[in-house]
Amino acid sequence: MWEYSDTVKEHFFNPRNAGAVKDANATGEVGSISCGDALRLTLKVDPQSETILEAGFQTFGCGSAIASSSALTEMVKGMTLEQALTISNQDIADYLDGLPAEKMHCSVMGREALAAAIADFRGEEWHDDHEEGALICKCFGIDAAMIEQTVRANDLRSIEEVTNYTKAGGGCATCHEGIENVLTRIWGAAPAPAPVLSTAEVVPCGGLTNLQRIRRIEQVLESLRPMLQRDHGDVELVDVDGNVIYVNLVGACTGCMMAGATLGGIQQQLIEALGEFVRVVPASEMKRVAAGGR
Amino acid sequence: MADIYLDNNATTRVDEAVVAAMLPFFTEQYGNPSSMHGFGDKVGRALRQARVQVQTLLGAAHDSEIVFTSCGTESNSTAILSALQAYPERREIITTTVEHPAVLTLCQHLEQSEGYTVHYLKVDKQGRLDLDAYRAALSPRVAVVSVMWANNETGTLFPVREMAELARSAGVLFHTDAVQAAGKIPLDLKSTAIDMLSLSGHKLHAAKGVGVLYLRRGVRYRPLLRGGHQERGRRAGTENTAGIVGLGVAAELVQQHMEYANTVVCRLRDRLEQGIIAQVPNCFVTGDPHNRLPNTANIAFEYIEGEAILLLLNKAGIAASSGSACTSGSLEPSHVMRAMDIPYTAAHGTVRFSFSRYNTADEVARVVEAVPPIVAQLRKLSPYWDGNSNGPVRDPQQAFAPSYA
Repeated sequence: MWEYSDTVKEHFFNPRNAGAVKDANATGEVGSISCGDALRLTLKVDPQSETILEAGFQTFGCGSAIASSSALTEMVKGMTLEQALTISNQDIADYLDGLPAEKMHCSVMGREALAAAIADFRGEEWHDDHEEGALICKCFGIDAAMIEQTVRANDLRSIEEVTNYTKAGGGCATCHEGIENVLTRIWGAAPAPAPVLSTAEVVPCGGLTNLQRIRRIEQVLESLRPMLQRDHGDVELVDVDGNVIYVNLVGACTGCMMAGATLGGIQQQLIEALGEFVRVVPASEMKRVAAGGR
Repeated sequence: MADIYLDNNATTRVDEAVVAAMLPFFTEQYGNPSSMHGFGDKVGRALRQARVQVQTLLGAAHDSEIVFTSCGTESNSTAILSALQAYPERREIITTTVEHPAVLTLCQHLEQSEGYTVHYLKVDKQGRLDLDAYRAALSPRVAVVSVMWANNETGTLFPVREMAELARSAGVLFHTDAVQAAGKIPLDLKSTAIDMLSLSGHKLHAAKGVGVLYLRRGVRYRPLLRGGHQERGRRAGTENTAGIVGLGVAAELVQQHMEYANTVVCRLRDRLEQGIIAQVPNCFVTGDPHNRLPNTANIAFEYIEGEAILLLLNKAGIAASSGSACTSGSLEPSHVMRAMDIPYTAAHGTVRFSFSRYNTADEVARVVEAVPPIVAQLRKLSPYWDGNSNGPVRDPQQAFAPSYA
């Protein structure tokens, strides 16, 4: 069963703004019936101020598709169209306290329905640049279509190169066969094998002192840094509290829609390097957690 | 109120008598059956008894035709790969489009990586095979036919007895994945031409981690696991003694309950199905309702999605399963529903209710009461549903045609 956050469940069991808005003047219809998720978003926009007065959704889809739709309508009400357009799919996922990697496409669908509805209001034609394939890398949420595109565009030949360009395969490494298959499909011959990861030395559980633990965490972050810096981002360790590790994603990582997936990948690497379960949390949430929030 | 378990094609509750029979094999009877001392000897005897109990359930001619494995998937892989190794000059396989992934994924792999030609027999809208297409595919180039006895999603039965006869006259080995059929309908293998059969313990109230490969005496065979002499060298590795002993007891119990399962439980299934269909508009039974397992009902609820149905059922304390894409983490709904050409708007909304001998009439009444409001609640959210007429919108595919569909 999926691990849905309480907020996802709450929005699924008690969806807000279900149904079409009466006298809507903006409609966006996106999704894929073959994949089993599709959404019609209707908005009532004040033509003078371009403020979204009402929002409603009709969704054919799973629990997280319905929850993402419900969250989206709550988020956009009262916003101007300009403000609404700044909402990223990660914002929708964050509003729901996260979505499983396999379900991030539900938040993407929400983001696209919004763009389509606003284009409809403005009398523009909306084109989606969305291509979706089977999810290959669960740690970083990278699908086959994305890998294929990047492999072709950059003439990539090995798993290591794919990891460097897309992050796919850089976490738990269980998807390497899947990446190899994509490479074989494109280039014919089997790709070069991936080097054995040196960062993910598995250590027996519980054998580390606090200092050793923190050093090891820093080592892992250090080894991931080049990958993030290639995308003009970076990561810094802020604090370690029991099994919660607080980090700051900085540079281009700030506000990047892949930030959640990146944290997931870092977490996976740390779990393997430390041989224990840890949670990687943005430092911005330290106060919330300290106050007993969430 | 206790939760209702209607997902017995996924796995079953281990019978208490099975658990009781297994427990001593963790504590007192921990010997290795291969050992030359009293600790091992008693365990060896218990395995022999279990082998006879499984033989009886399958109606096999000899107890030595029973090979214990770790699961149904291992049995399927062993059977198919054995046939390919035993007949290396034969480069074709016949199977169906609706097999369990345990067979289908292996066949696809053999096709893509090993260069085998695989004939995937198609099914019609009721999930039935075309035997003429099967006859046409049979040839001396085929190493093995692997066809499931009963489909796990719809319960539809395939004519494996007849198909095995046809394979035998063509000189081709016949394997059947009977993971869903075993224990639910009589098999009587000695009266058939079936060469190999797979069974899984946890589908018939034994524990997880134990399976069976039936190997007809004289069938050319190559083991998957080589090593010790366990299972007469046909499956090396120390036996899962507790699991095997439990499976023996479970096989005996399931045989005692066979008539009950095909009468009382079957009627409960029918009552559930009719109760739901009478109350919920735009839903239908998938598969072949006239030729299926007595415990399985698969209903497609149009214009809503299965995972959402399951989440609401779960909240109401009802466990079932679905063929939607989302429940499997894939991008396509169940390959079984697609093979039957069920439209996407219905295939994503399929829900399977699968019974066991533990289910009751009271539970059926509760489910029949719970399902209609759940479907109505989700349809209220659906872009394909018109709340005013309480029916689908006119011309649904036109009325809602999202981009990149």
